[in-house]
Amino acid sequence: MTDASPDLILDARDVSKVFGGLTAVGGVNFGIPRGGIVSLIGPNGAGKTTFFNMLTGLYKPTTGRIVFDEKAITGGRPDKIMALGIARTFQNIRLFGTMSARENVMVGEHARMRAGLFGSILRTPRVRREERHVSDKAAEELAYVGLPPNTFDQLAINLSYGDQRRVEIARALASDPKLLLLDEPTAGMNPQESDELTALMHRLRDERGLTILLIEHDMKVVMGVSEYITVLDHGEKIAEGLPEQVRNDDRVIEAYLGKGAVHE
Amino acid sequence: MTAAMGNRNVKIAIFLVGLFIVAILPLFFNESSGFIDDCTLALAYIVMALGLNIIVGFAGLLDLGYVAFFAIGAYTMGWFASGFYAEADIHVFVGEFASSIPGIHVNFLIVLIIAAAFTTLAGIVIGLPTLRLRGDYIAIVTLAFGEIIHRIAINGDEVQIAEGFPLTNGRQGITPVDKIDLPFIEPFTSLNLRPWYWVALALALFVLFVNFRLRDSRLGRAWIALREDEVAAISMGIPAVKTKLLAYGTGAAFGGMSGAFLASYLNTVNADQFAFSFSIFVLAMVILGGLGSIWGVVLGAVALTFINYRLIPDVLNDVPNKVGLDFDLSELSFGIFGFLLVIMMVLRPEGLIPERRRQMELEQGIGTGDTELDLVEP
Repeated sequence: MTDASPDLILDARDVSKVFGGLTAVGGVNFGIPRGGIVSLIGPNGAGKTTFFNMLTGLYKPTTGRIVFDEKAITGGRPDKIMALGIARTFQNIRLFGTMSARENVMVGEHARMRAGLFGSILRTPRVRREERHVSDKAAEELAYVGLPPNTFDQLAINLSYGDQRRVEIARALASDPKLLLLDEPTAGMNPQESDELTALMHRLRDERGLTILLIEHDMKVVMGVSEYITVLDHGEKIAEGLPEQVRNDDRVIEAYLGKGAVHE
Repeated sequence: MTAAMGNRNVKIAIFLVGLFIVAILPLFFNESSGFIDDCTLALAYIVMALGLNIIVGFAGLLDLGYVAFFAIGAYTMGWFASGFYAEADIHVFVGEFASSIPGIHVNFLIVLIIAAAFTTLAGIVIGLPTLRLRGDYIAIVTLAFGEIIHRIAINGDEVQIAEGFPLTNGRQGITPVDKIDLPFIEPFTSLNLRPWYWVALALALFVLFVNFRLRDSRLGRAWIALREDEVAAISMGIPAVKTKLLAYGTGAAFGGMSGAFLASYLNTVNADQFAFSFSIFVLAMVILGGLGSIWGVVLGAVALTFINYRLIPDVLNDVPNKVGLDFDLSELSFGIFGFLLVIMMVLRPEGLIPERRRQMELEQGIGTGDTELDLVEP
C-alpha cells in the first residue's frame, strides 16, 4: 500500500504500542482500501490483536496516527469510534451471557438509538417505535448471518459455538459499520462453518459495501478471501502484498516455520 | 403471544388487587398506630432500596455510601423547609402555619424536586472519580464519600455559609421541620399518620414504575452489558462514563427524595442519622431481596424495616433478660443483620426473589472474569 493509494478507508501511520519495556507493535504503517477484504496475519504474539485494539480505541497508541474515513481517531474513545463506523468481533467470543441472541444484537444498535433517560421512563410513542424497530432489525441481522430463527430468543450462551460467532458478527453489523474488524472468526469452527463464514464475508462486501479487516490463522480462509495481506511478526510488519506474494515471501515462511525452513 | 399477554393481564390484576389492599390498609388501624408508623418507614426505605438497586443491582456498581444521598436529601428539606434559617423570611407556596413563622419555607413538592436535583449532582460527583476503578475500589471510594458527608453533617454547625446560616445543626439536629402541606389537603400532623403513609406509598409507586421502565429499556440493556463485560460493551458503542453516571444520578435522586420525606416525617435532620451503618442497612435490603430484582428489593426493604423497628425492639428485646443476660437485643441489631446476611449468602446468595440474569451471572460466573479494561495506560 503506497501513499499514492487514493481511497483508503483506514490509514494507520507509524503506529506503535509499548507496554512497559515490551514493544507489542512497533511503527506499523497500514492502510485498508475502501471496499476491500484485507487480512492481518502473523504468529501468535505478533501484535495483531494489540493493533486491533488500537484501531478500536481500547488501547491508546504510544506513537502514530490513525485516520478513519478522513477523521483522526487516534486514541479516541471506543464508543465514539464505533459510532463513526468501526465495529468488531473478539478473538474469545464476548457475548453478553444472560441476554438472548436478539438482545445482544440490540446492544450493538445502542449507538444508533436515541431514547434517553426520561424517554425510557415515560416510554413515549417514539421510544416504543424505536424499540420495536431495533428488535426487528436485530432479527434481520441474525437472519442475514444465517442464525436459525428459532434460536433468536434463546440465551446466547446456550447457542453452539458457530452460532455464537454469528451472533457476534450480527451484533457488530447492527451498528451499520463501514469497516468490520473480525478477530479470528473461524477459530473453533469446523471446515463447513469456515466455508460459510467465507461466503458471508463476500456477501457483506458485495451486498453491503463493507470493508473487512480480518485476523485469521486458518490459511485456507485467509488465502481464499483476502485481496491483500499484511504480515506482522514481533510487532513489526515483515511483509505485505497479494496472497500469492505473501505465500512465497521468505520472511513470512521464516516467521511461521523458523529459520532454515526457507533453504530446505 | 396470547399466552404471554394473558399472563401479563394476570400479573396486572394481581398488582392492582395488591395495591388496593396496601392503599386501604391504614384505614383498619388507629390514625397514630405504631403499625402505620412502621409501614410508612418501610415505604420510605423501599424508595431508597429501589434507588440503590439501580446503582448496585442494575449497573453493578457497589455503593457503600448511599447514606450520603439520604443526608443530602434530608438537609435539603432542613434548609428549605424549616425555621432553621430564622433570619431569612422566604415563603413559597406554603400553608398558613408555615407562612406565619420565620425561616425558609418552601412547598414540600418543590423541596422534593430540589432534593432530587441536589442528590443527582452529588451522585455524579461521587460517580466521576469511581468510573476508572474496578469493583472493590468503587466500594472503598463510595464508603469514604458516605463518611465524608457524615463528618460534614456532624461538624457543619461550625461552617457558616453566610453570617447566621450554618450548614447543619450537627448532632442537635434541625428541628422542627415543616410538615407536608399540600394544596387542597389539610396540613399533615404527627397525630394522623395516614396521609404520610399515602405520600410514602405514592413515592414508592413512582420509584417502582421508574425501576421497571428503566430495566426494560435501552439504558437497562446498556447497564447489563457494562456489568457483564465492559470491554465488549464499550466496543459496541456504549459510552461507559455517561451510562454509569446515569445510574448514579437516578439512584441518588431517589435516595434524596426519600431523605426529604423522612426529614419531614421524623421532624428532624440530625447528623447521627447519617452513619455508615445506614448504608449497610439499605444495601442489606437489596442483597436480602435479590440484587436487581425489583420485587425482591421491595420485600427485602419491608422485611428489614419490620425486623429493625418491630421484631427486635418490641417482640424479642427482652429475650436476653429472660435467659439471664444483662443487655437489650436492640444493641445487637447490626450483629443480627450481619448474621442474617451470612445465612443468606450460604443458603440463598441470589436473594429471596432472585433476578433471572443475576442468578445466571452468579451460577455461571458471568461478569467475574477479565471483563473490565484497565483504562489507565502503563
